[in-house]
Amino acid sequence: MALSREQIAMRVAQEFQDGDYVNLGIGIPTLAANYVPADIQVMLQSENGLLGMGPNPTEEQLDADMINAGKETVTAVTGASIFNSAESFAMIRGGHVDFTVLGAFEVDVSGNIASWMIPNKLIKGMGGAMDLVAGAKNIIVTMTHADKHGNSKLLQQCTLPLTGVNCITRIITDLAVLEVKNQAFYLSERAPGVSVEEIQSKTAGELVVPEHVPEMQF
Amino acid sequence: MAGFDKVVNSYAEAMAGLEDNMTVIAGGFGLCGIPEGLIAQIKTMQTKGLTIVSNNCGVDGFGLGILLEDKQIKKMVSSYVGENALFEQQLLNGELEVELTPQGTLAEKMRAGGAGIPAFYTATGYGTPVGDGKESREFNGRPYILEESITGDFAIIKAYKADRYGNCIYRHTAQNFNPMAATAGRITVVEVEHIVEPGELEPSQIHTPGIYVDRVIQGSFEKRIERKVVAK
Repeated sequence: MALSREQIAMRVAQEFQDGDYVNLGIGIPTLAANYVPADIQVMLQSENGLLGMGPNPTEEQLDADMINAGKETVTAVTGASIFNSAESFAMIRGGHVDFTVLGAFEVDVSGNIASWMIPNKLIKGMGGAMDLVAGAKNIIVTMTHADKHGNSKLLQQCTLPLTGVNCITRIITDLAVLEVKNQAFYLSERAPGVSVEEIQSKTAGELVVPEHVPEMQF
Repeated sequence: MAGFDKVVNSYAEAMAGLEDNMTVIAGGFGLCGIPEGLIAQIKTMQTKGLTIVSNNCGVDGFGLGILLEDKQIKKMVSSYVGENALFEQQLLNGELEVELTPQGTLAEKMRAGGAGIPAFYTATGYGTPVGDGKESREFNGRPYILEESITGDFAIIKAYKADRYGNCIYRHTAQNFNPMAATAGRITVVEVEHIVEPGELEPSQIHTPGIYVDRVIQGSFEKRIERKVVAK
């Protein structure tokens, strides 16, 4: 069965290693913070200028001067640091952030990502997404494998305006974990109970399927 | 004003010299760390044709959003502008121009502008609509685009504390774009929660040295929260 949003987030959190600095985008990526394994420590970076983002505050802790990149009120963990936007993006663009997790509309076999603009619809802006995909050492894209009409989001070539080029190496969808390399998607895991055939039918870009495709472990 | 004392006593003095068609760089991220009173003063002055450089454009009825009400803004340079209906309406009507700029590039454009660097190369935006028409060049096998820096006629800043000499510190994530914006204005105006005497701030803890600051005004802030989320 296809994974829920929470299950995708759980699978994402398995990627984190002890001591990682991680930037999580809005939506499913943010949920991954709830599933960081208890035996490791990660520090969350919020691009508005906070390294060491904590949970949302209590009513008593509420402070208008403490927000995250999604403009939600947050707290800082012990050992956090706070800095200006240029410093924050020096961390991102300089390759100091270990992991970025973000959503997308489309990804293609060249590792290109489209995530910010649908022509003829209202364009709100890219925020920090273009900086994040250009700068992070490891980028994981989380999204549903197909849109609500059943159209694949894993393409031979993106059709929407791009957020970044040649930058995506790993995708975690509701159906599968895939690596992007050699101009193809390499299927490495499937969601429990999801068949290789279903993944093949919903992957429009070149897909390489090994002899054995293990199920994700939770 | 005498010597390095930069404190002014009215918003009219704080924004004196602002004219139609000028460029104003504003600090703030969403509604966090915005110079509320200076924005209100621009509305009072009814200055038109402004180019505003700011990560966002406030919300309907608050922050920079109030400058849309009388169509004072000609162009916004921002990374994300999706929070107000009036903005959307004026954009669709062609009354407002927007130059969407990646957030890190925007911060760096201000920083470079203030530091006398006219342009810089960045990988951000290469191969995307942001890179269209811009010079590109390879360094160590990777392509980069050339982005020009930004300076403004005015920079409007919100700080937590400033001394009379204009040395500023910011509080928590209300820092955001303010320090870079402060360096990039021909006239930089800082609205603060607390004005203190020179010597009261620890010199090594100052975020914005007073050399960048022309005017300091005591503000009073609503500090509206855009997305209040509390722990369950």
